[in-house]
Amino acid sequence: MALPKLAVYKFASCDGCQLSILDVEDLLLDIASVVHIANFPEASREVIEGPYDLTLVEGSITTAHDAERIHEIRRESKFLVTIGACATAGGIQALKNWKDTDLFARTVYAHPEYLDTLETSTPVKNHVEVNFELRGCPVDKMALVEVVAAFVQGRRPNIPEYSVCVECKRKGTPCVMVSHGTPCLGPVTQAGCGALCPSYNRGCYGCFGPMESPNTDMLAAAWQGLGVSHRGLVDAFRSFNAYAEPFRITSDHHEALAVAKGE
Amino acid sequence: MSEMYVSGQSGIGRLIQALAESGHAVIGPVIRNQALVYDEIDGVEDLPKGWTDLQEPGRYRLEHRGDEKLFGYVVGPASWKQYLSPPEAVVWAGTIGTEGFKSDPVPEPPKYAFFGVRPCELAALRILDNVYTSSNGLPTVAGYTATREKAFIVAVNCSDPGGNCFCVSMDTGPTAKAGYDISITEVVHNGNMRYLLTSGSETGAEVLASIEGLNHASSEEVEAGETVLARAADMMGKRLDTEDLPNLLKGNALNPRWESIADKCLACANCTMVCPTCFCNTVDDNLSLDGEHATRTRKWDSCFTLGFSYMHGQPMRESVGARYRQWMTHKLATWVDQFGEMGCVGCGRCITWCPVGIDITQEVEAIRRGDLRDTHIGVGGYV
Repeated sequence: MALPKLAVYKFASCDGCQLSILDVEDLLLDIASVVHIANFPEASREVIEGPYDLTLVEGSITTAHDAERIHEIRRESKFLVTIGACATAGGIQALKNWKDTDLFARTVYAHPEYLDTLETSTPVKNHVEVNFELRGCPVDKMALVEVVAAFVQGRRPNIPEYSVCVECKRKGTPCVMVSHGTPCLGPVTQAGCGALCPSYNRGCYGCFGPMESPNTDMLAAAWQGLGVSHRGLVDAFRSFNAYAEPFRITSDHHEALAVAKGE
Repeated sequence: MSEMYVSGQSGIGRLIQALAESGHAVIGPVIRNQALVYDEIDGVEDLPKGWTDLQEPGRYRLEHRGDEKLFGYVVGPASWKQYLSPPEAVVWAGTIGTEGFKSDPVPEPPKYAFFGVRPCELAALRILDNVYTSSNGLPTVAGYTATREKAFIVAVNCSDPGGNCFCVSMDTGPTAKAGYDISITEVVHNGNMRYLLTSGSETGAEVLASIEGLNHASSEEVEAGETVLARAADMMGKRLDTEDLPNLLKGNALNPRWESIADKCLACANCTMVCPTCFCNTVDDNLSLDGEHATRTRKWDSCFTLGFSYMHGQPMRESVGARYRQWMTHKLATWVDQFGEMGCVGCGRCITWCPVGIDITQEVEAIRRGDLRDTHIGVGGYV
């Protein structure tokens, strides 16, 4: 029986997530034994034509050409999984959604007329139907293996949607907010990183985006109690997952307050 | 009454040594990442001597006491359930081959000595025993009973209750009554640190008798210990009125207070993770890519996660208010129906480690003040 065909595509992104696939090392051979890696230019120049059974998409949509290309990919993919903060939320480059793209282009490039870019960076789900989203900046490589394994075995992937706090507590890491007043996005951020930053006494940066029922307003209020300004809140919520709706709404709210208060 | 011994700090060191020499992994309070947690200790020098913990809703700070006390603090975010029902444990693993399934070998249960178990934590252990090992029809957690039966318990009575403590309300402290092998009371007597030691089991008595340099406590020293603990009972940071509490909560399933808690609650699950009696778990089944090796892993879960109540394609407790109500009503009301006692021991962890400082004692008081009891409406008004 023919193996299911796997394709990996890149849009606006740093390549870090698809490199995570190569980073699984020994397990890469196991992956290659259950799926046919048919189209993965980062790994092999050999490209076998679609349709594909499982397609992994990295990156956000930032050009008119990409906005077309993602539809073609959707048409040739039975099961489409977006991987990483760019593909699932627009990525760090979605910060441009709050700014004037033309102004950036004129400031940065000697010949901005050669640029052809959209005003926004948006997640793949804003353009086509997505079957599963794997969060993270970057994604966790073992979570990638789990997604492939679950697809091959016809089951739902074991990927948590609850908060980073659950991982901190399972690891036995004391809460950085409670025990030393360090602002942390963990309570509103989806688990999956193994609560990396709090393990090193740092607050969570929100790399995995909003958890399943994020109470960003209340967490922002708690941060203010720790002395964080409205401007500080805007900066915290506007990073890798800035354009994810709960984070976006909260940063917009505090930006308006920062402006009103002259911060 | 069993024999009361007295020693200085060196006697405590010899007790730790004796437990280690008899093959126990001795687990006690240590400082990690600016908080007190439980980890393996080698001697009295590993204990947080001279430290105390200041606890408020949503706030915890370690501070120097300015004295030499070994036990001048209460409880941190860790609890003993992490050793008896670990946060992640393989329930079963096996490999399929030509001759069918072969189970992976099951590791021997560890032999622990829990050193510094507070009276509220003894109550929590008894509650967990009731959940996991009695004939209540629930499945037992793999390894719980074997680990629990082997564990040697050194209790420490509380001389310095914390800001979120309410063990007196729950009748679980500050003095250990049962469930320990040895109990310790720390007193400052004539300017010296003195430790009153007594046994609560035959094994405990044997261990105490084997330790060199312990003296019999004088009646004056015994009295000094009793005074410290009587005073501690008056130093509770919090109070919970348990009068008719199960009926109060069950009758207030539709109280709008639940929704106002939801405005504040992060649904982050911290309260349940730090609770010494919360026992909800989930089970993940994983199969290796080649389909030959299967692992079933039990992990701590929480009634605050959406996945926890996911059934038939949707979560049964969608709103955060419904999740908080489930947690508090179970802890203080329906736990009584299920196990014959409340699931709360008054340790205050859920208050301290809530990042936004939601206080279970205040929430009970709020429901009590705005009691909208209606016995005609059952649980399930909103999800």
